[in-house]
Amino acid sequence: MIFIARRLVAAAVLLVIMSGAVFGLLYASPGSAEQVLLGTRVANEETRENIRQRYNLDEPLTTQYWLWAKDAVRLDFGESIRTGEPVLNAIKDRAQLSLRLGAYGFAVAFVAGIGLGVLAAMRNRSGIDRAVVSLSVVGASSPAFVTGVFLLYVFAVLLGWFPVFGQGEGAMDQLWHLTLPALTLAFGAAALLIRFTRAGMITALDQDYVTFARARGVSEGRVLFGYALRNAMIPVVTASTVLLAAMLTGAVLIEVTFALPGLGALLVDSVAFKDVLMVQGLTMLLAAVAILTNLLTDVLYLFADPRIRYTRVAP
Amino acid sequence: MTTLVGGPRARGRRRLLLRSTPLTVALSFGFIGILLFLAAFGPLLAPHGPGSLNLATGLTTPNGEFWFGTDDLGRDVFSRTIYGVRYALFGPVLIVVGAFVIGNVLGLAAGYRGGMLDASVMRWVDLMYAVPGLLVTIVLIGVLGASYLLAVVVLVVLTSPFDTRVIRGVTLEQRSLPYVEAARTLGLPVRAILFRHIFPNILPISFANAFLNFAFSLVALSALSFLGLGIGPGTADWGRMLSESRLLLFENPAAALAPGGMIVLTATSMNLIGDWLYDRLADRGRAR
Repeated sequence: MIFIARRLVAAAVLLVIMSGAVFGLLYASPGSAEQVLLGTRVANEETRENIRQRYNLDEPLTTQYWLWAKDAVRLDFGESIRTGEPVLNAIKDRAQLSLRLGAYGFAVAFVAGIGLGVLAAMRNRSGIDRAVVSLSVVGASSPAFVTGVFLLYVFAVLLGWFPVFGQGEGAMDQLWHLTLPALTLAFGAAALLIRFTRAGMITALDQDYVTFARARGVSEGRVLFGYALRNAMIPVVTASTVLLAAMLTGAVLIEVTFALPGLGALLVDSVAFKDVLMVQGLTMLLAAVAILTNLLTDVLYLFADPRIRYTRVAP
Repeated sequence: MTTLVGGPRARGRRRLLLRSTPLTVALSFGFIGILLFLAAFGPLLAPHGPGSLNLATGLTTPNGEFWFGTDDLGRDVFSRTIYGVRYALFGPVLIVVGAFVIGNVLGLAAGYRGGMLDASVMRWVDLMYAVPGLLVTIVLIGVLGASYLLAVVVLVVLTSPFDTRVIRGVTLEQRSLPYVEAARTLGLPVRAILFRHIFPNILPISFANAFLNFAFSLVALSALSFLGLGIGPGTADWGRMLSESRLLLFENPAAALAPGGMIVLTATSMNLIGDWLYDRLADRGRAR
C-alpha cells in the first residue's frame, strides 16, 4: 500500500504544479490581466473596478493565486469573458455530449483493438496479421480530422447512411448521429490498442506456461484468454495514459470536424476568442482527468501484475 | 560496432538492404522521393498559382483544366496540393531537428551520468508522455497568440521526450561496453566520450526516430492549421485547405480529400520507414 500512497502524493504535487501553470495563463496572455478579463466589453471606470474587485487584481500575486485556487477547488472558475455565463455551467452543458462520444468511441476501440490484436498475434506473419498491422499503421498516421472527413464522404455523402452534421434528438437518433464521430475516434485509438495487444500476445504465446498449458490439454480458448491475454494486458494497461492522450486530442478535432458542441469545440472556440477564464477551467479539468487516469493506471497495474505489490518500483 | 549509416562499410550492405526491403517500405521511400521532388520543382510543374483566384470559374468538379477541380474561390486544388508539399516538409523538419538536438543531449547526459540527473530527466519524460500534447499546444497558442513559430517551438518541446527516452536507453546499453570503459581508462574527457565515441553508435537509432517524429509533427502541425491556430488563412497548407473545403464535400469532394489523403500518405510513409529502420537496427543488437 506504500506504493499507492506514494503515487497519491505524487499526483497531488502534480495537481498543485498544474494549477499554478493554469493560473499563470491569465498573466501569460498579452495585455494586462484587466484588459484580458474585460474582453470586448465596454471599458469604463465602473466595469474596470468591478473586474478588479471580482478577480482580486489589487492583491499580491500569491494571494491572488490562493484565492483562485480556493475557488477552483470548489470548481468555481469565474464567468466566461465571452458569454458572462459561469464557466462551470458551460462545462456541465457541454460535458454530456463529449462523454457519450468518448464512451462510444472507447467501446468500439476496445472491442476492435483487442480483438484484432489477439487475432493478428494468433495468425502471426500470415496475411491476416499483415492486414491488421497495416490498418493500425494507417490508423496511427491519420489525424482524426482527416479520418472524419473521409468517413463523412463515404458514409454520409456517397452512401447517405449517416447524417453529415448535428447531434440529433432522442437516444436512438443521437446514437445514430454519433456513430461516424465515434468510429473516427475509435480508428485512432484502436490502432494503438492493436499495436500493444499484438506485441503483448506474441510475447505471451511464446512463453513456457502456454506450451505447458497446451500440453496438458487445456482448451485453446482458455489458453488464449485465461493465460496469454491476461499477461498480454499488462503492457496495454501501462499504455492507457498514451491512449487517453490520443483520445482527448482526437475528440477535440472530431467535435470541430462534425460540428458537435462538446467540450473540445468549447475549448477551440474559447481559445479563438481569448476567453482565458474558460480556457483555465477546461485546462484544469483536463489536467485533473489526465492525472487521475495516471493514478488509476498505477492501481490497475497492481491488479494486473501482483508481482509489483511486493517489489519496490523505481521512481 | 562503429559502422555509420552511409559509411564506407555500410555501402556494400546497402544493396542487400534494398533487396530485402518489403514492398510497402519501398513504396514509402518512393513516395517521399516524389515529395522531395515536388518540394524542389513543384512551382514549375503546378499549372496554376497557389493563390490565384478565379471567381468567374467558381467551384468546379475535377476536369481537364483543373485536375482536382477548384474550391469555392476558384483556386486550383491540384496546384495548391503541390504547393502544400513545401509547408508539409518545412515545419516538421524544423521540429525533427530541434527534437533531435535536445533529445540527444539530454538522453546522452542522462544515460551516461545516471543518478539524480537521470531520475529528473526521466520524470520529465514520463510527464510529457502522459500529456495530451496537441491540447497543450492549442491552449498555449490560444493564450500567447497564434503564430507558426510558437507552434513549432512548443512541438519541439513536446516531441523531444520521445528522442530523449530512446537515446537514454541506448546510451545505458553502450555505457557498459568495453570501448567506453577503455576510453574512460585513457582519461578522455566526458564530452569526448559522449560525442566522439558513443554518439556515432546511437546515430542510426536517432535517425530512425526522426522519421517517426516527422510523422507526429506533420499530423500535429496540420491539426493546428485545421483548427485555424497554425499557419495563416488562405495559405496552401494541407491542414488549412482541408478545413476551408470541409464544407464543400458535396460540391467538390476532391478539394477536401486531396489534402487529407496527402497528410495520411506522408505520415504513413514516414511511420513505415521509421519502423522498418528500427527493426533493422534492432536486429543488429541495438534494440531500443
